[in-house]
Amino acid sequence: MKPLLEVDNLCISFGNQATMRHVVENVSFHVHAGESLGIVGESGCGKSITSLAIMRLLGGNSRVSGQIRLNNKELLSLSENQMRTIRGKDTAMIFQDPMTSLNPLLTIGKQIGEVMEQHDNLPRDEVKKCVLELLTRVGIPRADEIYHEYPHRLSGGMRQRVMIAMAIACQPLLLLADEPTTALDVTIQAQILDLLQKIRKENRMALIMITHDLGVVAEVCDRVMVMYAGQVMETADVRTLLRTPMHPYTKALMMSRPQSAKENRRLNTIPGSVPSPEHFPNGCRFAPRCDQVMPICYEKTPALAPAGEGSACRCWLYDENKESKEVLV
Amino acid sequence: MKTYILQRIFSGMIVMLGLSIFSFALLHLIPGDPAQLMLGGKATAEQIANLREQLGLNKPLPSQYFQYIQGLLTGDLGDSYKTGRPVLYELLERFPATAKLAFTGTIIAIALGIPLGIIAARHKGGKLDRLLLAIATVGFSLPTFWCGLLVIMVFAVKLGWFPIAGGTGWRDLILPAFTLGVLQSTIIIRLTRSTMVEVLGNEYIRTARAKGLNESIIMVRHAFRNVMVPVVTVLGLQIASLLGGAIITEQVFNWPGIGTLSIEAISNRDFPIIQGSIMLIGFVYVIVNLIVDLLYMLIDPRIQYSSKEAA
Repeated sequence: MKPLLEVDNLCISFGNQATMRHVVENVSFHVHAGESLGIVGESGCGKSITSLAIMRLLGGNSRVSGQIRLNNKELLSLSENQMRTIRGKDTAMIFQDPMTSLNPLLTIGKQIGEVMEQHDNLPRDEVKKCVLELLTRVGIPRADEIYHEYPHRLSGGMRQRVMIAMAIACQPLLLLADEPTTALDVTIQAQILDLLQKIRKENRMALIMITHDLGVVAEVCDRVMVMYAGQVMETADVRTLLRTPMHPYTKALMMSRPQSAKENRRLNTIPGSVPSPEHFPNGCRFAPRCDQVMPICYEKTPALAPAGEGSACRCWLYDENKESKEVLV
Repeated sequence: MKTYILQRIFSGMIVMLGLSIFSFALLHLIPGDPAQLMLGGKATAEQIANLREQLGLNKPLPSQYFQYIQGLLTGDLGDSYKTGRPVLYELLERFPATAKLAFTGTIIAIALGIPLGIIAARHKGGKLDRLLLAIATVGFSLPTFWCGLLVIMVFAVKLGWFPIAGGTGWRDLILPAFTLGVLQSTIIIRLTRSTMVEVLGNEYIRTARAKGLNESIIMVRHAFRNVMVPVVTVLGLQIASLLGGAIITEQVFNWPGIGTLSIEAISNRDFPIIQGSIMLIGFVYVIVNLIVDLLYMLIDPRIQYSSKEAA
């Protein structure tokens, strides 16, 4: 079966010729209908930029190349007007901070309803009926009251529910969720994830979940793609990745989870931070922070090599021609 | 909401009370005797004493102030030293001309400033934006009197399209209102531009784009209302200041408004008129601020909410 979304060799850069920064390089992945893909990585690894590129919502000083095919439509070659008919209709997006992502001056009902007015051409009373149904569906009590409320009267969790209602208003084929639970309380996080799972199953909607939290990935994703410094480091289905992570970066991410710290011991961290695009090192980009680094890692960039069924890993450790396998620690 | 309005009215009354003390004190803070001033240098001591008696100037200050307040509340602001006519009458005679100029000028400022500001914001960093900002900066820096004289010279003297100065008809209004409006619009352009740039960078605008809305809906429904709060604030201040008399513009165009009246009163040391103008200007500010506060509530539901919480 053909995937719903195919991204091939996606490259994203910012700035003009003199100050060009390649933020995302040769990222390829696909998502089937109804499937959920997690994109994982630290801040600054290019995961949000990738999702904005799929929506074609990056600013004017960005350059995007490669191919993004949704349902056999090549999104990068569409005009802005054609793209507008896809946004909100075929693809929808929810953002990290529901506090700032809703317009403070418009009622909840209006903000959800306008998506349907734009794409489905429904009469007004029909729109209102649909909005009320949506509000109930995302678990908002007293929908008819909330319909007339402004965002500031709602809690963070409620606002994220409103964002979800808005995103699924036109039953999109693909939902991009950019850290949808990061700004919420832990108890609310689980509720929101459950809600997303429920809707995904009911609508047979594909989901791309962008997160830095492997717990979220374990909860909702079928497959995972780990990104670091604008490159894909490892992809695998969620069980394989969580049980037998291959890439040292993935392992380090897993070690940094609070759950994996033994009692009374300090939480593990990955030393250093993600380099900014102008400071991407030669060779493997993770090498300077890697605890299994070898001489070759500083010289040559490893390729993203297939490793088992549906998995791939970008690391010299798994290279067949073991020419220089002495670990440099 | 009712509580909020009552609160605002109450605080407006406090402001007016403070202003009345200030304007009352003015007469007693200036050097020299008001009766002496009124009668001029050649008056006899007896005449001065009579006038002091008549004006109540020999009574203790608190009772004089009480009398003054009583007068204010009943609309008696005293009589002009110069014309001898009631101050209220003088003010009301001049106010319509000032109001006409202020409102026309402000309408021109809005009609120019808001659209141009939005255009500049949408082309942020581009040639059009830089051109508009340059024009706005130059306009902002030009002295009003110079612009006024230039406009008179070109459109009234050289081209003869409009009367030079002195009338109060609609044809006479065009040049001063135009000068005032264009100069005021420069502030509105800059403010609208910078607020719009800020608003367009907000995440809810990105959400609106992600919903696939038309650009016009995003601009009007999502961005413009958010731009309105600071713009309404500045417009309120501008219109209040103009209603107190656009002093320089009125002088240059010989427009018989409150501004001209105030200047005349100051040069004639006509204290009741000066006091009356102060009270009128204060009153206008209080009323305009009240209206601006009410407009805030219409524009931004969060403001209504926080006041409810406070009350």
